[in-house]
Amino acid sequence: MHMHQHEVIIVGAGGAGLMAALYASEGGADVAVVSKLYPTRSHTGAAQGGIGAALGNIDEDQPIYHAYDTIKGGDYLTDQNAAKVLAEEAIDSVIELERYGLPFDRTPEMRISQRRFGGHTRNFGEELVHRACHAADRTGHMILQTLYQQCIKKKVNFFDEFQVVDLIVNDGKTAGVVAVDLATGEFHIFHGKAVLFATGGWGRCWSVTSNAHSLTGDGAAIALRRGVPMEDMEFFQFHPTGIYRMGILITEGVRGEGGVLLNDKGERFMEKYAPSVKDLASRDVVSRAIYDEVANGRGINGKTYVHLDIRPATVNHYFEQEGSDKRIDDNYVESKLPDILDFCRTYLGVDPVKEPMPVQPTAHYAMGGIPTNVNAEVVIDENNTVMPGLYAAGETACVSAHGANRLGTNSLVDLVVFGRRGGMKMAEYVKGVDWTPLPDDAGKEVEAEFKRIRNGKGSSKPYELRDAMQKTMNDNVGVYRTDDTMKKAVDELKQLRESYYNDITIDDQGYKFNTDLMEAWELGCMLQLAEVTAQSALLRTESRGAHSRDDFPDRDDDNWMVHTLAYQTGAEKESDYRVTADKPVDLSLWEDEKAQGLPDDKQKFKPKPRVY
Amino acid sequence: MADLTVKFKIRRQNPEIPGKDKPYWQEFTLTGVEPTDRVLEMLHRIKWEQDGTLSLRRSCAHGVCGSDAMRINGVNALACKVLIQDVGNEIMVEPILGLPVIKDLIVDMEPFFDHYRSVMPYYVNNDPVPEDGRERLQTQADKDKFDDTTKCILCACCTTSCPSYWANGKYVGPAAIVQAHRFIFDTRDQAAKERLNILAEENGVWRCRTIYNCTPACPREIQVTKAIGEVKLAIQRGKTDGIVKVVHAHQH
Ligand SMILES: Cc1cc2nc3c(=O)[nH]c(=O)nc-3n(C[C@H](O)[C@H](O)[C@H](O)COP(=O)(O)OP(=O)(O)OC[C@H]3O[C@@H](n4cnc5c(N)ncnc54)[C@H](O)[C@@H]3O)c2cc1C
Ligand code: FES
Repeated sequence: MHMHQHEVIIVGAGGAGLMAALYASEGGADVAVVSKLYPTRSHTGAAQGGIGAALGNIDEDQPIYHAYDTIKGGDYLTDQNAAKVLAEEAIDSVIELERYGLPFDRTPEMRISQRRFGGHTRNFGEELVHRACHAADRTGHMILQTLYQQCIKKKVNFFDEFQVVDLIVNDGKTAGVVAVDLATGEFHIFHGKAVLFATGGWGRCWSVTSNAHSLTGDGAAIALRRGVPMEDMEFFQFHPTGIYRMGILITEGVRGEGGVLLNDKGERFMEKYAPSVKDLASRDVVSRAIYDEVANGRGINGKTYVHLDIRPATVNHYFEQEGSDKRIDDNYVESKLPDILDFCRTYLGVDPVKEPMPVQPTAHYAMGGIPTNVNAEVVIDENNTVMPGLYAAGETACVSAHGANRLGTNSLVDLVVFGRRGGMKMAEYVKGVDWTPLPDDAGKEVEAEFKRIRNGKGSSKPYELRDAMQKTMNDNVGVYRTDDTMKKAVDELKQLRESYYNDITIDDQGYKFNTDLMEAWELGCMLQLAEVTAQSALLRTESRGAHSRDDFPDRDDDNWMVHTLAYQTGAEKESDYRVTADKPVDLSLWEDEKAQGLPDDKQKFKPKPRVY
Repeated sequence: MADLTVKFKIRRQNPEIPGKDKPYWQEFTLTGVEPTDRVLEMLHRIKWEQDGTLSLRRSCAHGVCGSDAMRINGVNALACKVLIQDVGNEIMVEPILGLPVIKDLIVDMEPFFDHYRSVMPYYVNNDPVPEDGRERLQTQADKDKFDDTTKCILCACCTTSCPSYWANGKYVGPAAIVQAHRFIFDTRDQAAKERLNILAEENGVWRCRTIYNCTPACPREIQVTKAIGEVKLAIQRGKTDGIVKVVHAHQH
């Protein structure tokens, strides 16, 4: 095995990993970034609409309003201390991105331009606010490029196309990671004092998703196997507007610019479901509305999709109806949403300036994941006990700033705010600790697992198992779930796991770029996360945020103001997963209000029913 | 639902298998294909249903990550952005040219990224930050001057379609120039001179013979040749202002 030693090992080179790398380097640490993709291929580059920050460049705004929206959007499962940090540090982080050269669109006053986005309001829900800072509809692309450019400038070490496959732990302390060099198939050990997982989400557990093929949850699954519980896995966001059947995302920015959702009768149905903010209600609300319209036969031509309409005539009609004097034209749409138009023209042959777009909910974002505190330190139980040397940030982490449902633009904020905090914390941590020695058998277990997959003589092809997993997740653990559907999913997933461990076979026996082998290994990660998702969802007998149960339609604050934690029991091959529900939600902003003696009806941060 | 039969001819090579270590063609037939299926999905079907050893890079599947540049019927493109209806029932797929093939459709991208890194592809501004602690100011019109080149996803479609690059791999290539352009014409940046000096050298912009392959090859519709022309002008004039005329590229 090849050996490397760096104080800080960052796994993943999306927005979170790169931000952490910049800050850990700046803090004086010796850093290596290990990524299975070239950094610029990371899915942060797919983010479209914007990054939220209460800059107030267009209308009055304050971080406390941003925190409020984040908590309400999260259906009050959001840890309030995390939401506060996110909202306050968003401002500095966005300014910092501008100083790194990010080409934001500009206001007439030459400041960073902002647009409206679902669930973002002024003065605790009073009216929609322009908070999403944007660079056309490729904000994520510009963030990813800009951060990578700064890493080149600062000469950060990169190990591109190295896939991390295990975490090395010695006596409860982090000691490094094991990675496969994809170009050669060889195993490498990275000995480190601190490891940060920034491996992104796992939307590929579902069949209709906005996520890249590479989003297979590797980091989360690895952590789970090494004793870290997964927090709030039942909360996976379905974005309301994926391109019909393909799942490619159409940003909420389309609705932010005035686009509306219409059913088969041409009705703007969100007026019914969210009378005040309508099409810009939070995502879980809009996805359920689409689902309900379709279920009631009002999908377009009776199919499972509705229309998203950004044609200027339609948009202007509703502007007029609402008494706004804003008007848009074709050129405006072209300049604000060029990529969206390109996707629709390429994949659908539909020109959104002339025709509405067919959309349906698409599996989009993991609210749950590796539990961390606000310094990106991984915690391993309900008492927030820190695991020494282990960190996580970005979509794979659960801070939890997003609670039961993330607001649009808040993931990009999460990446830069908590990536930065993680980077700083690691730089400080590695100065004060010795190297944890590598155990003698470091890497042996995962090497054996790879040998097993490679030599499998069974009859199941990984893609067949993957298709079956994605289908059962879409059908049974989707926008709506019930006890029956989830139990069905768990049963099917257990069977798939059985086949995965006892009956698998692959074609490619080589070592160089053996993508057949790597895909099979990734499937193992997804099968685990899918089952943990279904098990966690079964336990939570209420509906909250993105977790909507037909059999428990109401939110139940008396029993469920807690985060779930799912632990692997025994080897992943036969684990049953133990899910607990006793990690309390941080309610510090509300506690403050009570301590100040605010009367009940003035307490903004007290959990209450959500109305949009 | 049309139900097409499509024949793929794929250029393959596997350094680990004697006899297959030299490039060769292999045919695959797929049935049940929709005209709107993407070429990437079809390559996946071949890999998953017929031959797991077929190797390629991909990630986002909708044209934003730049992983899956390849030659499809002789033209550079991202496999995830080409629909079957655009290329017909007989489809030839090869690795991009000018970079060493590692396995099947996977080429060694390191020379490409080395060129990219050589043009100082990062923002430089050493002025003290604004006193109000806020962003530097820029007009939208100034931002629009380099908007087009910010779209680059480093897929290499342009560079590997360029005969000058094929002839001489030391040429930095169109993609690196596009990346430099993005900073050279950014009014906030302060290192234009250094970048122009780099690009004025032997393996810089003057190796571009305006053959124009790069522009139609760009899956992001960047006006690559125009951008290279603007960099050439800036070198000749020794300054960057007054060169870029903003035209709205998105007129369909
Ligand atoms: C289409 C789309 C649009 C979006 N739009 C917005 C938006 O407008 N605003 C917003 O706030 N959010 C948006 N989001 C969400 C947001 O983009 C993502 O949540 C976020 O970018 C995730 O970033 P990350 O750094 O955590 O991970 P990613 O950017 O996904 O990066 C993951 C990294 O981990 C690496 N990796 C993974 N596994 C391994 C392994 N085993 N070994 C080594 N490396 C590994 C990969 O190579 C990659 O570098 C959008 C998401 C999608 C899908
Ligand atoms: S797979 Fe990302 S560009 Fe094609």
